[in-house]
Amino acid sequence: MNVPIWSEEINKGNQPEILFWVGCAGSFDARAQSITKAFVTILNKVGISYAILGKEEMCTGDPARRAGNEFQFQMMAYQNIQLLNSYQIKKIVTACPHCFNTLKNEYPELGGNYEVIHHSTMLQQLIDQGKIVLNENGTFKGKKITFHDSCYLGRSNNIYQAPRAVIEALDASLVEMKRCKSNGLCCGAGGAQMFKEEEKGNSRINLARTKDALDSGASVIASACPFCNTMLTDGIKLNEKQEDIKVLDIAELIAQSIEL
Amino acid sequence: MEIFQQILFAGVFLTAIYFFSKRMAMIRKLILLGQSEKFEDQPSRRWMNVFMLAFGQKKMFKKVPVALLHLFVYAGFIIINIEMIEIIVDGFLGTHRFLLGWIPNYYSYLINSFEFLAISVIVACVIFFIRRNALSVKRLQSSDLKGWPSKDANIILVTEIILMLLFLKMNAADTFLQSKGIQPYSQHFTGTFLFSSFAHPLLNYFSTETIIITERICWWLHIIGVLGFLNYLSRSKHLHIILAFPNAYYARLDPPGKMKNMPTVQNEVKYAFQPELAPSSPGEQAHTFGAKDITDLSWKNLLDAFSCTECGRCTDACPANQTGKLLSPRKIMMSTRDRAEEIAKKIEHQIDWKAEEKSLLFDYIKEEELRACTTCNACVEACPVSINPLDIIVQLRRYLIMEKSSSPQEWTSMFGNIENNFAPWKFSPDQRIDWTKEST
Repeated sequence: MNVPIWSEEINKGNQPEILFWVGCAGSFDARAQSITKAFVTILNKVGISYAILGKEEMCTGDPARRAGNEFQFQMMAYQNIQLLNSYQIKKIVTACPHCFNTLKNEYPELGGNYEVIHHSTMLQQLIDQGKIVLNENGTFKGKKITFHDSCYLGRSNNIYQAPRAVIEALDASLVEMKRCKSNGLCCGAGGAQMFKEEEKGNSRINLARTKDALDSGASVIASACPFCNTMLTDGIKLNEKQEDIKVLDIAELIAQSIEL
Repeated sequence: MEIFQQILFAGVFLTAIYFFSKRMAMIRKLILLGQSEKFEDQPSRRWMNVFMLAFGQKKMFKKVPVALLHLFVYAGFIIINIEMIEIIVDGFLGTHRFLLGWIPNYYSYLINSFEFLAISVIVACVIFFIRRNALSVKRLQSSDLKGWPSKDANIILVTEIILMLLFLKMNAADTFLQSKGIQPYSQHFTGTFLFSSFAHPLLNYFSTETIIITERICWWLHIIGVLGFLNYLSRSKHLHIILAFPNAYYARLDPPGKMKNMPTVQNEVKYAFQPELAPSSPGEQAHTFGAKDITDLSWKNLLDAFSCTECGRCTDACPANQTGKLLSPRKIMMSTRDRAEEIAKKIEHQIDWKAEEKSLLFDYIKEEELRACTTCNACVEACPVSINPLDIIVQLRRYLIMEKSSSPQEWTSMFGNIENNFAPWKFSPDQRIDWTKEST
């Protein structure tokens, strides 16, 4: 696919307006790569002036910091900020709430000041501005969709409304889980849990959350975080419901509902 | 006789206040064992938090029925303490119902509203007592509360019921004696009160002398009970009725997802990349990275620990706890306070606690508890009195990694991957753009 790379754009004499921060999950994880591709499809279709860092992007340091490895976090932050500042980047969009939180809240006091938005907010803006035109009879019209709040988007950054507005724009019926918004249950991946086995217990967190989603009666579980997506996809598979229920990122919902 | 009662009252009152002040000074000392952290920004937002979260109990209202019952106890207890002013003045001056002389037209309204609140407190406390002991509310049955904490909760409920009953009984005896024209009660004629008058038929069975003694005993027990309770609460989980207010004021205002920065580490990393910026003389050294004991935590973490009333809403909301992991945010707070209280005992007995091996991490909080946290902020969101258990958890995690190099094997690999490949997974940086080479 056609994805502009920041360094190449600079060499061509272009200064893109927005950096799309792909994140490690979005770059390497097979499932999350399709979210990345869906979002890039939308960016290309709308004609946004953007680029990615490509091979120069590094982990923001989020999992290292939450695990307690502040040295490693500071190392990553230092290198990323040096690069972002050298490219004079002003605005960043990302589909990962963990990258979003770190870039938006934790980099400024280390010298990295950017306008950072999450892709849910950007998608909502593009819909509101009429730049994303959805199909009259879209794939999700009338379907029951539930939205799983990512902790790093919701409780951590108070973004509850934007992803819901995106779902409602699909003419779908948004059904809430019993625990939602500020009471939403974690998927189990945060705090670097994604990268280790769960501690000893009597159940798994992603199964508890999958049960909430199944109880909602929705046929699509929408998420706005690649890690939540992985955890819930696993949960649905363990419940052997993958034929009936799809776990999709809001970027994928939109990409499947626009004329290409 | 009167003067003897006045002297006795002054003695009891001043002793209670002395011990209470001494205890509060100790709590202050313990809190200030923590590291300094400044919270002076945005005073208007902070006062708003005091008003909405502490005074207005906004977060309690996530569950309305419980919130209303709690509101009765809270309002009842605070407002009835206005009655304490009268009792204290009467006690010192040897007067009887001195407010009656000041506001003769409103006095009965005042006491009637106190009586209404006293009844509300009794009803709410009885429901709370049954709920806590007979119904299976998960957060109140948890093993966190085994032993002293569950006794503590019941002592508080029963004491509040007894104090309110004494207040009503005192009023009943007083107004009964007034109606019989007994001196000096009839000199301070208040008329009967709404609720305590229901006890009058019972009093007909007793002699006037017994009722006079009853009135005096109730008065004394009520004031001794309140003063005793004041001292008790400073040693119990009930301290939240005082500390919830400063705790709301000093709550962190940053987005909850933002972790506290460590400027020492930030600078070390900066000097590693840009040695020319490093100061020529090595600055203060011997920092502990992260927290091992309460002295490494911020003073706000310790204020949090003393503000905790062990309600367990945090633990109820914790995804790790719900799925049977060892982590309980409430227990993190209780352990922090237990450790502080242990140090208080050592200070009182002049034992050099700093020389001992014991610490919050390892002796009170186990690695396994800390490892289970997903940093989801549900505990922080759930707390009605602005406590942040997550802040303590991550500081202890920092100690484990940076001072002890103790991490689960998968995390060690993750750190290795981030260091070598700049991603938590084992992919090379070149593979970062592989997805762009595929079609959609």
